[in-house]
Amino acid sequence: MLLLYVKINLIFMDIQRILQKYTPEKTNLLNILHEIQDAHPQNYLPEENLREIAAYLNTTLSSVYGVVKYYTMLSTKPRGKYIIRLCQSPICHLMGSETVVENLQKVLGVGLNEPTADGLFYIEYSECLGICDVAPAMMIGQEPYGNLTESSIASIISELRNES
Amino acid sequence: MADEFRVVLKNCGKINPGSIDDYIGAGGYQAFRKALKMEPEDVIDELIESGLRGRGGAGFSTGLKKRFTSQACLRCENRYVICNADEGEPGTWKDRIIMENDPHMYLEGLLIAAWSIRATKGYVYIRGEYFKAIDLTEKALADMRMKGFLGEDILGSGFSFDIEIRKGAGSYLCGEELTLLESLEGKRGYPRIKPPYPAEKGLWNSPTLINNVETFGCFPAIISKGSGWYRSTGTEKSPGTKIFTISGPVRKPGFYEVEMGTTLRSLIYDFAGGMIAGKEFRAAILGGAAGTFIDESMLDCETGFDKLREKGATLGSGAIIVMDKEMQVWEMLNSILRFFEHESCGKCVPCRVGSRQLLLIMQQIKRSENSSRLKEELLEQAMVMEKTSLCPLGQSHILPIRSALRYFYDDL
Repeated sequence: MLLLYVKINLIFMDIQRILQKYTPEKTNLLNILHEIQDAHPQNYLPEENLREIAAYLNTTLSSVYGVVKYYTMLSTKPRGKYIIRLCQSPICHLMGSETVVENLQKVLGVGLNEPTADGLFYIEYSECLGICDVAPAMMIGQEPYGNLTESSIASIISELRNES
Repeated sequence: MADEFRVVLKNCGKINPGSIDDYIGAGGYQAFRKALKMEPEDVIDELIESGLRGRGGAGFSTGLKKRFTSQACLRCENRYVICNADEGEPGTWKDRIIMENDPHMYLEGLLIAAWSIRATKGYVYIRGEYFKAIDLTEKALADMRMKGFLGEDILGSGFSFDIEIRKGAGSYLCGEELTLLESLEGKRGYPRIKPPYPAEKGLWNSPTLINNVETFGCFPAIISKGSGWYRSTGTEKSPGTKIFTISGPVRKPGFYEVEMGTTLRSLIYDFAGGMIAGKEFRAAILGGAAGTFIDESMLDCETGFDKLREKGATLGSGAIIVMDKEMQVWEMLNSILRFFEHESCGKCVPCRVGSRQLLLIMQQIKRSENSSRLKEELLEQAMVMEKTSLCPLGQSHILPIRSALRYFYDDL
């Protein structure tokens, strides 16, 4: 119980440290949401964090929640350490993104929008990522990967697994 | 083999994008220094005379946009400049290339614009997935403050100005200028009704100038070399250069900055190296999802805002998506319409309901033996959406649909 309390408290301190970097104005909302989501090991925004953000910006939880739900990069559900953004733009689609998603699911053993058991990976679709010259393409975390094939996907994933 | 004509990308690959000294060493910030010695009105005149048209896709006169913004609400305390770096049009990555290779180029343009309309604050709204562009822009802004290009009394001119970054979070619609303003104010990305235009009532209801990254990237060269020089490049009605991004089964997919007026054939066959071995050209889509299909008969058309428009095509963002004979036009159109359906914000009924209806009709077309009535219905629905939707998103479906039916009626 004590341990749990300490853990929650630490998270609270982290959130406050992030919030203090910004002036309490609503124009900073998206930047704040990004930074807090990135700081979370599961890349998401728990409700208690949204409450703290709303309080800091002197606005309602519903207005913060409304913003979070609108933008596809923000999530209220736990995801993974590595978000795999698979481009489903018309270009990637014609260049074979359907095979890419099949291969990814096979290698990771999960479907779309569900974290792997070890909490490392989470596959989601994304609209055009602007790396069409190497279609079919995806991003893992902040890194773009292109010209994806069955073997390149397997080696990218195993490399990231070994690093973690 | 034709050569590129690099103006906006002149430093691309030649300097370290993380070094302001490299940029200054390559002649950077000379244009801004020159502009500071000019009257703001004269800077605007120079841009109007250059004939520069917005590179975000619409092609409106950049100089006039500035004049409107500088003359709106003279009693207003605040005046904003915003760089629209929320690039999301499928097949387009020109702004990313600028931001990742030479961030100071577009930031210098933004500074020149700020001086010319006496702006009080600037924002760069960058799409959230462009991590590297965000990092480099952040670094560039910090270096600009160190060198005195941002902050109080810039270079002793009495002009004070600063720029902040705002990150997008995965909404295509936020690249539309009025929706971008909503997002920048910390709200859901719902479009506003226009008029009023941002020049009059923009960010927090103050006069606001919004330009695309590539548009700002053109300013330093125009101020340095003069509008006369700029007018001598490109075509009469679309002066200057344009960065095209070419994707699909071509030998060298990539980005190419060329003079306006370069033919589509030259772009696809000279610059992008033509089709990869064994593939035959079938179609190209110009300008991304909110763009138009063309077939082989259009390849000798010169690029330029009006030249293409006259023939029912669009220049748009400069995306050229090439398709080979094995790729199905139905697949491509369906994928585009799926994209629009996903990105429709749901605020207005025609777009929310219509974009789903179009997908249903597409499914019926696929299953139907005789689909001519369905194709007519598809076109009609898109026309209703064009006339009744609130923002450019709902007005865009008609572009790929009409052009696909025009050139590939029997293939659909």
